[in-house]
Amino acid sequence: MPKEPVAVVGIGQTRHTAARRDVSLAGLVREAARRALDDAELTWADVDAVVIGKAPDFFEGVMMPELYLADALGAVGKPLLRVHTAGSVGGSTALVAANLVAARVRRTVLTVAFEKQSESNAMWGLSLPVPFQQPLLAGAGGFFAPHVRAYMRRSGAPAAIGSLVAYKDRRNALKNPYAHLHEHDITLEKVQASPMLWDPIRYSETCPSSDGACAMVLTDRAGAARAPRPPAWVHGGAMRSEPTLFAGKDCVSPRAGKDCAADVYRQAGVTDPRRQIDAVEMYVPFSWYEPMWLENLGFAAEGEGWKLTEAGVTELDGDLPVNMSGGVLSTNPIGASGMIRFAEAALQVRGQAGEHQVPGARTALGHAYGGGSQFFSMWLVGTEPPAT
Amino acid sequence: MTGDRAPEPGDVAVVACAQTAHRRRTDDLSEVEMLMPVLHEVLESTGLTTADIGFTCSGSSDYLAGRPFSFTMALDGVGAWPPIAESHVEMDGAWALYEAWVKILAGEADTALVYAYGTSSSGSVRDVLTRQLDPYYVAPLWPDAVALAALQAQALLDAGHADEPALAAVAARSRQAALGNPHAQLRGARPQGEYLVRPLRTGDCPPIGDGAVAVVLAAGDRARDLCERPAWIRGMDHRAEAHSLGVRDLTDSPSTRLAAEHAGAFERPVDTAELHAPFTSQEVVLRRALRLDDSVDVNPSGGALAANPVMATGLVRVADAAARVHRGDSRRALAHATSGPCLQQNLVAVLEGDARA
Repeated sequence: MPKEPVAVVGIGQTRHTAARRDVSLAGLVREAARRALDDAELTWADVDAVVIGKAPDFFEGVMMPELYLADALGAVGKPLLRVHTAGSVGGSTALVAANLVAARVRRTVLTVAFEKQSESNAMWGLSLPVPFQQPLLAGAGGFFAPHVRAYMRRSGAPAAIGSLVAYKDRRNALKNPYAHLHEHDITLEKVQASPMLWDPIRYSETCPSSDGACAMVLTDRAGAARAPRPPAWVHGGAMRSEPTLFAGKDCVSPRAGKDCAADVYRQAGVTDPRRQIDAVEMYVPFSWYEPMWLENLGFAAEGEGWKLTEAGVTELDGDLPVNMSGGVLSTNPIGASGMIRFAEAALQVRGQAGEHQVPGARTALGHAYGGGSQFFSMWLVGTEPPAT
Repeated sequence: MTGDRAPEPGDVAVVACAQTAHRRRTDDLSEVEMLMPVLHEVLESTGLTTADIGFTCSGSSDYLAGRPFSFTMALDGVGAWPPIAESHVEMDGAWALYEAWVKILAGEADTALVYAYGTSSSGSVRDVLTRQLDPYYVAPLWPDAVALAALQAQALLDAGHADEPALAAVAARSRQAALGNPHAQLRGARPQGEYLVRPLRTGDCPPIGDGAVAVVLAAGDRARDLCERPAWIRGMDHRAEAHSLGVRDLTDSPSTRLAAEHAGAFERPVDTAELHAPFTSQEVVLRRALRLDDSVDVNPSGGALAANPVMATGLVRVADAAARVHRGDSRRALAHATSGPCLQQNLVAVLEGDARA
């Protein structure tokens, strides 16, 4: 029996910000969920199952918070599943929800991801000393900066590429009312003059720490036929994992990322991603990850990704827009960040991205990664239902 | 996502299981070291390697490990190279099994490795579990897991559904049964002991311990190739209840009953039930919710009262039920897993041997 096609018919997110002191955890997730249901013109009663994801429970100090959130998410009497796959979790959560529909186990699924980082300090929360483990040093930046330097050395990319990415993403965020950072006075010079945090990563090339939630309503063919607005159809989705550190690991372009993209493209019948995909929303927590992922995902040959960035190809009005929403560089509630990428891809092909809409986008890739560049989740969505 | 052929519902089976000998503490082992022998054993029994497995899914909790992203360490034990299709739930491993089962039903894999582990000994687990509670109104009061279970037990006694001798009988029967289970931590009779939190005595409560469990799932003919007598998952479902104890009837478990209905548990009687009931009183609640009479062999493994590696205990129930089907000791078994305070969330799976057996 072929899989049931999966459609995104509702998308909601909070206005991401440094600290949502006006809402509880329950209030935060419910706000995003409510908006997704409103977008789909559905009620809580229409939801068959809830799949929720977030990054480490230590961030809010609540163990398995889905138990406490069951009521707020309308999950009483329903199946409630909690996913945790590090930074890729928002994407993985959406894929687990999509599988429920694809397998015809559920018909309409609400999927939610969140992080309320103002409840703690994420950087140090990630840096607990663990005996016999390589220390993460001062947060994720300390872990990833050497990999960025390795990329620069390998590709010969000019030192300014990172600042170009940050300048673009922060300007894209000005067009997205839900983005956390709205730096109206941003200039390239300001990015380049910002303090060096983890050489070569500067302050303005780093993601913020945000409070936020994102939610989507996924449904089957019959549900999509009743949807009030155009759905986004899932054409491919995959997860891949590899160990954190091992001899022979390519930290710059991990094989798990390549394999994950290849799986998604195979499912969707994509043979030339650069030509066949209209917009890409990828997980770029540090500016340099844009050229690095462009190569890892097959949009550029090895060592050539930075040239797309430099030439303006990834600008909102470029040939291959990347991170139209402003990306993780402008908004980062960690557990939700992957789902925000997936949701932005869906918004684009639904034609509902507002000021940051890519005109005529028909196929878009959503991408997330996590851990030590080891967990990957991606989906490809399109305006047309998949051929069955 | 098209083109892949999905199996019929009911055509996915547990084909192999392995678990540790659950122990009071494992100070001498890291979680990876505890898990690795179990992963090797379950793969060896099927002749599969990590690279042959279509999907891998695990369940564990950072709060037991005391570190963020603790599951990434366990991945080293799996040997995720070349990269694997893999996911993780911050829940009992039974829900990882559910995610893997759905993956196979979607036609995206024909085999899956599911594992779970927990080191309850690292801290005071009854206090650690208070961090699961409503963080604004309940968790600040630190009502511990035994105290909440005692509240439920008292409600049960007040309703006349059980008395203390009946609870003691559950404890005695479970630990007697565990004599036949080489993995169990408490094997054989134990005194009921003093009240821990009235009306629960030491004997009514689970042992604290560490352990790991792994199972392999396979679809259709693949399952028949890998296992002489596959334990077919005829149905599986899970349901949540409200979090606040004040709005629930603690003497009943409507979410268990609902999950059982959707899993098809009531269509025909089961001969065996592995119930995830860490406290004697919770077995009484679950038996009533599932309408299990004395003809059903309940927790022949000894259940959670004989070994309770938190985050793995639910998946151990599935593994123990499946193992009985594999051995031909059960034709139709029910496996149950729970999560949250006082049975807030419950999963039910129905496992069957082939009709010809």
